[in-house]
Amino acid sequence: MELDNIEKLLEKYFEATTTVDDERKLREYFSQDDVATHLQQYRPMFNYFSNAKEEKYTKQVPLKPRVNYYKWLSVAAAVVLTFGIYFGKQYQDRKQRELEQAEYAYQETKKAFELLAENFGRGTEKVAYLKEFEEAKQKIYNNN
Amino acid sequence: MKQTEFLNVVMPFKDKLYRLAKRLLVSREEAEDATQEILLKLWAKNESMGEYKNVEAFAMTMTKNFCLDRLKSKQAGNLKLVHSNYSDENISLQRQLEAEDSVGWMERIMKELPEQQKMVLQLRDVEQYEFEEICDLLDMKPTAVRVALSRARKTVREELIKKHNYGIG
Repeated sequence: MELDNIEKLLEKYFEATTTVDDERKLREYFSQDDVATHLQQYRPMFNYFSNAKEEKYTKQVPLKPRVNYYKWLSVAAAVVLTFGIYFGKQYQDRKQRELEQAEYAYQETKKAFELLAENFGRGTEKVAYLKEFEEAKQKIYNNN
Repeated sequence: MKQTEFLNVVMPFKDKLYRLAKRLLVSREEAEDATQEILLKLWAKNESMGEYKNVEAFAMTMTKNFCLDRLKSKQAGNLKLVHSNYSDENISLQRQLEAEDSVGWMERIMKELPEQQKMVLQLRDVEQYEFEEICDLLDMKPTAVRVALSRARKTVREELIKKHNYGIG
């Protein structure tokens, strides 16, 4: 390609009026070895653009087929429910047993207190006789 | 849409997504993460993908928006600058060294461009999109695209001339 043409294209290029095809021609010209000395300075630019297009995205993208979470959700729910009921039942039973034991202890204590109270009652009756004796004694004292 | 079908649709342009992401985010890791994110998003939408006329354009726009958001967010504070190893078996060693050196310059020059110019330059000069496509992708008016492109190219030229003269002198 003649130099004249390239210079014209370059001028247009910097005004951004070249077509994609023109720009391909420019890149081609600058990719070869015999570039006119006064145009050498543009070489890095066009070569850079050509090189830049070679860069590839090499990472693997983990594209998982979207699993149906809802299917597993029901399974998980069932498991949770079963365990819940099982341990819930255990807990209820233990609660019930504790309650019974507490009730039993209460009853026993009450019985013991009642026994105590009864015996105390008997005691007071006897003390009443003592009072009688005291009164009689006072009478005798007073008379003397 | 099955996985293989999806891959067939996505494969041809996944590199373009990655290069655009890398142009904007600079770091390779960031760009890889962004690309993966976009591809996963696309995959999540794959059932409605038939509705899009142009999946590539849609994906490119998604990538652009995603990267710009990334840049705006605080996460961008820990962006790393990573230089990639450019290898091309076609060129001789000497030219390769030469090219690598100028690639370094070009990388630095392009990094300094405003985001919009970066994107326009990437889409046009690297990916060779037509003007209409760039207008659609970036949601810009044709004249605005031309102005941005012209400015970007001229800036690159000025910087290169500066470097060139410096190198000689």
